[in-house]
Amino acid sequence: MTTEPQDIRSIRTRRSFIDNARRLLKTAPISAWFGMVIIAFYLFIAVFAPLLAPYSESAAIGKAYEQPSLAHWFGTDQIGRDVLSRVMYGARNTIGIALLTVMISFTIGGVLGVYAAVTRGWLDQILSRLVDILMSIPVLIFSLMLLAMFGKELYNLILILAVLDSTRVYRLARNTALSVAVQDFVEAARLRGEKLPWIVLREIVPNILPPLIAEFGLRFCFVFLTISALSFLGVGIQPPTADWGSMVAESKTLITYGRIQPLIPAASIALLTVAVNFVVDWFLQKTSGLRDEK
Amino acid sequence: MKNKTSDARVKGSQLIEIRGLKIEGYSDDRWHPIIKGIDLDLKRGEVLGLIGESGAGKSTLGLAAMGYTKPGCRISAGTISFDGKDLVNASSQELREMWGSKISYVAQSASASFNPAHKLMDQVVETATNHGVMDRTKAESDAVDLFGRLQLPNPETIGGRYPHQVSGGQLQRAMTAMAMSCRPDLIVFDEPTTALDVTTQVEVLAAMRRVVEEFNTAAIYITHDLAVVAQMAHRIMVLRHGNLVEEADTRSMLKAPTQDYTKSLWAVRALQKPERSNTDIILDINAVHASYGNKIKVLDDVTVKVPRGSTVAVVGESGSGKSTLARAITGLLPPSAGHISFNGNQLPPRLQDRGHDQLRRIQMIYQSADTALNPRQTVRDIIGRPIEFYGMNKGRKTDNRVAELLDAIELDESFIDRYPGELSGGQKQRISIARALAAEPDLIICDEVTSALDQIVQEEILRLLMKLQKDTNVTYLFITHDIATVRAISDEIVVMHKGKVVQQGLKSKVLNPPHPAYTELLLSSVPQMDPDWLSNLLQSRAQ
Repeated sequence: MTTEPQDIRSIRTRRSFIDNARRLLKTAPISAWFGMVIIAFYLFIAVFAPLLAPYSESAAIGKAYEQPSLAHWFGTDQIGRDVLSRVMYGARNTIGIALLTVMISFTIGGVLGVYAAVTRGWLDQILSRLVDILMSIPVLIFSLMLLAMFGKELYNLILILAVLDSTRVYRLARNTALSVAVQDFVEAARLRGEKLPWIVLREIVPNILPPLIAEFGLRFCFVFLTISALSFLGVGIQPPTADWGSMVAESKTLITYGRIQPLIPAASIALLTVAVNFVVDWFLQKTSGLRDEK
Repeated sequence: MKNKTSDARVKGSQLIEIRGLKIEGYSDDRWHPIIKGIDLDLKRGEVLGLIGESGAGKSTLGLAAMGYTKPGCRISAGTISFDGKDLVNASSQELREMWGSKISYVAQSASASFNPAHKLMDQVVETATNHGVMDRTKAESDAVDLFGRLQLPNPETIGGRYPHQVSGGQLQRAMTAMAMSCRPDLIVFDEPTTALDVTTQVEVLAAMRRVVEEFNTAAIYITHDLAVVAQMAHRIMVLRHGNLVEEADTRSMLKAPTQDYTKSLWAVRALQKPERSNTDIILDINAVHASYGNKIKVLDDVTVKVPRGSTVAVVGESGSGKSTLARAITGLLPPSAGHISFNGNQLPPRLQDRGHDQLRRIQMIYQSADTALNPRQTVRDIIGRPIEFYGMNKGRKTDNRVAELLDAIELDESFIDRYPGELSGGQKQRISIARALAAEPDLIICDEVTSALDQIVQEEILRLLMKLQKDTNVTYLFITHDIATVRAISDEIVVMHKGKVVQQGLKSKVLNPPHPAYTELLLSSVPQMDPDWLSNLLQSRAQ
């Protein structure tokens, strides 16, 4: 048999990432499309807020509590700032901070969880019990307490939420990694003499990625809601930085007068949460092996 | 409820009539045919064997005879009539009333079918009491009677146990008792003994056959094991790709199969390798003891010698310690005493203490290729990794070598970028073999490598392994519970029982009398193609 080395790779080209994405998107249901469009829209606003927003987030440019008009589509708030601009900047702040928090929490929880699953033993025991303790305390109350102790600075907020949230990530990562780590192909890699980094990065992580990515979406929603809740309570993102939670808090009394100012940021929160959940639902169904048997 | 008078159950009257049955399954957004138009007749008191490879549609057909289709499947054409009733158009209410009372089902895995939270008795009498056939006390005394007929130990008290407190074979018989509790007209047995050891299988087969005969029940017996179906069935239907290949009564089918496909199924058992003796010992396991957690002793003074270039089969029931022996050799479970020499040098007991070269020379192939191959790696990565890891080749040369190995395992190069999910069971096992070969080992440990495969595929894999041995002079340590496989490929045989070696010797010596008592039991329990085998065996054991 004469095979030129160059020919081998061209026998069947690997499906490119774009190809795979296109195949995947073709089968997406309408709810997932809806979610993806909304998320893309939010991200666009968040990234280009300074260019898109008609006014600055902190400048008082009108009278307090103006009704919606052509100049101020969503009206103005209690000190005359443009609500539309603040909602746009709010997207930037709330989404950005939530994303950063979830990334940190996945780094902490994911790394420790997989490591605990692979090594087992006393380290696993200590980490797992510590996580049990942390998870037994309600997140909102615990974070309120910690914020009161360490101060209301932004980096405190991010770190505290990230650490508290990483407990959930740890559990998921540990459990999924544990079920992969007992499979024969991991044993085969150990018998081959592979070192720990290879076993973790090449054998285990690719197999636990789908549930972790789905969890990333859900945790993002959760963190983002927690930040909004904390801001609403006055300990989250501090003024004059625009943030949806505090915007609802600042204008909450207007709801009794039938005004739309508090509804705009509240609806922004709700819509994004629903959109992310739609996408995650679809992704989970796609990857969780709930396919038909052949 | 219809009174079951004796003439309604007369042996020989028509019970099931299936005509032109077509069943389709839904996957990848399309309906695929599973059963492509089959007729089936079953008379009362008759046992029909359905055989074929996996995917032949035998389970689907067996379930269809009950009027049931798995989720995602539909009956697209044909009629099913059971005792004059149309099952295709029956309402789910009507079907539910029949299932359990008139038609029952015995599944492959009894341990997965029993609820672990309830005692056996509660589950066995449930159908009878729910259908109002008998009251609880009567059902219980009837169950005890059935336990006795099925030769379960202590029939009076065994019903008080939980499923995990009895053995697999006992559980399978308890499930038969459950199926029998309403004295159904039809029982569908779906591979009921596939998960059992041969020595247990004999008892279960005998018990099932007896109750089916005693109560004059019609049965559909689904299996891929020809020798088993030869013992159980009056008539055999061979299925392939959803079509009927051949149908005949058992004796004439065994004697003279007419279709080529049936003949090829029969021929698998003819595979036989001439034995070779060799005194050049490559692996010397000397008085090895091993245990899990210092408590449960699984290897007890095991001494095995493996000659170079030959195939040594390790046989025994589950729990005999044969897989643990493999773990001891590979270093996954360091022995508590004794030592293992390889190529004349003593092997460090722990995996971590072994060098790359020592690791490379011993490779392993697993039973289930599904879990042995990383589903997120392509064939190129799976086979290429050992080549690069052991520093034998790099880059493009690795790809060349992978292509060579694919050629050696008789797959073409187009497989190189496939994921394991895109391969059939036999192809996956070939890839596992190629991964082991890539390391250019001296010894390959094969742990039940063919037991998850269909018979024809099994034969292909065994032939491939023999061919590779001829080409590369690699040594196999072949762990299996299947005596037919042992007969086919081994040079020497090691018989293990409860962690001890009962016997080691050349194939001709071990397989021919005189045997030690345990070897005798093991060998005599292997079903033969002779339909009288089970009757003769029971007779000779009774004496």
